[in-house]
Amino acid sequence: MVDHTHQDIDAATGTPTTGHEWDGIKELNTPLPRWWLWLFYACIVWAFGYWVLYPAIPLPGGHTKGMLNWASRDAVQKDVDNLKAIRAPFVGKIEQASLQQISADPKLAEFARAYGRSAFGNNCAACHGSGGQGNAGYPNLAGDRWLWGGSLDQIAATITHGVRAGDAEGHDPTASAGMPAWSQMGLNTQQIDQVADYVESLIKPTNADVSAGQKIFTENCVACHGEDAKGNLDLGAPNLMSKSKWLYGSDRATVVQTIANGRAGQMPAWGAKLDQATIKSLTIYVHSLGGGQ
Amino acid sequence: MSLWSKHAIFEKNSLVLLIGILIVVAIGGLVEIGPLFYLKSTIETVDGVRPYTPLELAGRNIYVREGCYLCHSQMIRSLRDEVERYGHYSLAAESKYDHPFQWGSKRTGPDLARIGGKYSDDWQRGHLTNPRSVVPGSVMPRYGFLASSPLEYTHIQEDMKVLKIEGVPYTDDMIAKAKDDLNAQLNTDDGAVAGLATRYPKVVAHASNGAAGPTEQDALVAYLQMLGTTVDFTQFNDKASWR
Repeated sequence: MVDHTHQDIDAATGTPTTGHEWDGIKELNTPLPRWWLWLFYACIVWAFGYWVLYPAIPLPGGHTKGMLNWASRDAVQKDVDNLKAIRAPFVGKIEQASLQQISADPKLAEFARAYGRSAFGNNCAACHGSGGQGNAGYPNLAGDRWLWGGSLDQIAATITHGVRAGDAEGHDPTASAGMPAWSQMGLNTQQIDQVADYVESLIKPTNADVSAGQKIFTENCVACHGEDAKGNLDLGAPNLMSKSKWLYGSDRATVVQTIANGRAGQMPAWGAKLDQATIKSLTIYVHSLGGGQ
Repeated sequence: MSLWSKHAIFEKNSLVLLIGILIVVAIGGLVEIGPLFYLKSTIETVDGVRPYTPLELAGRNIYVREGCYLCHSQMIRSLRDEVERYGHYSLAAESKYDHPFQWGSKRTGPDLARIGGKYSDDWQRGHLTNPRSVVPGSVMPRYGFLASSPLEYTHIQEDMKVLKIEGVPYTDDMIAKAKDDLNAQLNTDDGAVAGLATRYPKVVAHASNGAAGPTEQDALVAYLQMLGTTVDFTQFNDKASWR
């Protein structure tokens, strides 16, 4: 307790003491540094200014709005609107133009590729890889093999409506569609091995007799993969004559697994999540990766 | 200085000091917390927000158990860059049935508030089993064991009853059908999904990867795939609750 009535001055320093004493030892009552004290008062004044300018005090009828009428929701909306205004000259044109017009206009196409690349990194790279190189089960977009078509319009349709994503306009709208599990469709283990032999022989010519597998293939697989095994873009059936890396892998174990258990890869429908300009830009970007048709 | 001598009463009696502290803190608390219960802008009601289905709730329990919140936030702040990357900023109403909420505060991984539907179920499963298989630079640990761990859901009805006490509007009907609903959400052909959808709008069924009943991975994927999907932001009016 500070004894303010009987101030005791410490003889050695000339500073007042607090009046506390422990076995002859007294505590100096050194004042707070001036600069600190003034900063403290300035903060109090600042706080009053803040109360007046910004939303601060909750009252029964609602909180005070402040003279600046600032609100976090308005602030972010303004920031986003500013960003849109900066992009508007290009984004507006992309919204208006057809995919063919965009890709024919070098300057617009360049912007679309950059805009698309950034949207790709956020939305698509998790599956298709940061450069569109794909992953096991997720198609390579930088090559020239397409499951559902590699023209501008086909790419845009796939992005908008997805694959087996429940979107009625998308590819294979029901999640259960896709390549059937042939182990449940009447093929036994031996037959699956035989057809795997045949499928392997398409890309790795062999002298072994694969006619048994060929027969099974002709009876069961040509409906989707075609008689020439070159696939069918309308059904998303891959070309089995392609020597480049297969979607799920072309090693024996993977091929057997694919035949036995089927495959039904999904891609979300992005139409409801991304705006038109973003989808068009993504299309231009993906088309430019190397395999656009 | 009479004020200082009155202050001596507090400094010399610890019990009086304690009561004095309680009064001061109570005033601060009342002023700061009290208004949150009546200010319309802080208790905004938003169409579409619904309680978790039993399967999603079980998945959420696993999310909490594994400490996902330590690296993943579920809170998109109202800042331009966040809105650009993750989508519409999070609304308080979207986590009103979260007890406790999973906003988190650290982003070693990305924000998950709107991860629902962004990637396919297969991606979520593959990524949980081995994150490096799809994201080469990922530092996320593997959670492959979730795929082989059977989901323990005997207590799911008790979980729902506790949440009901905490204010989540689970009806007696929902609680009674919880176990059936949990299995129905894992059967994509089951007609029961229709019944499930009347109780939980916008529910999405997922194929189970477990041969013998639901796995922990099934539940976690169902939870992740619904995050941030319940509110239709084309219909949302951000000014409706201002006053």
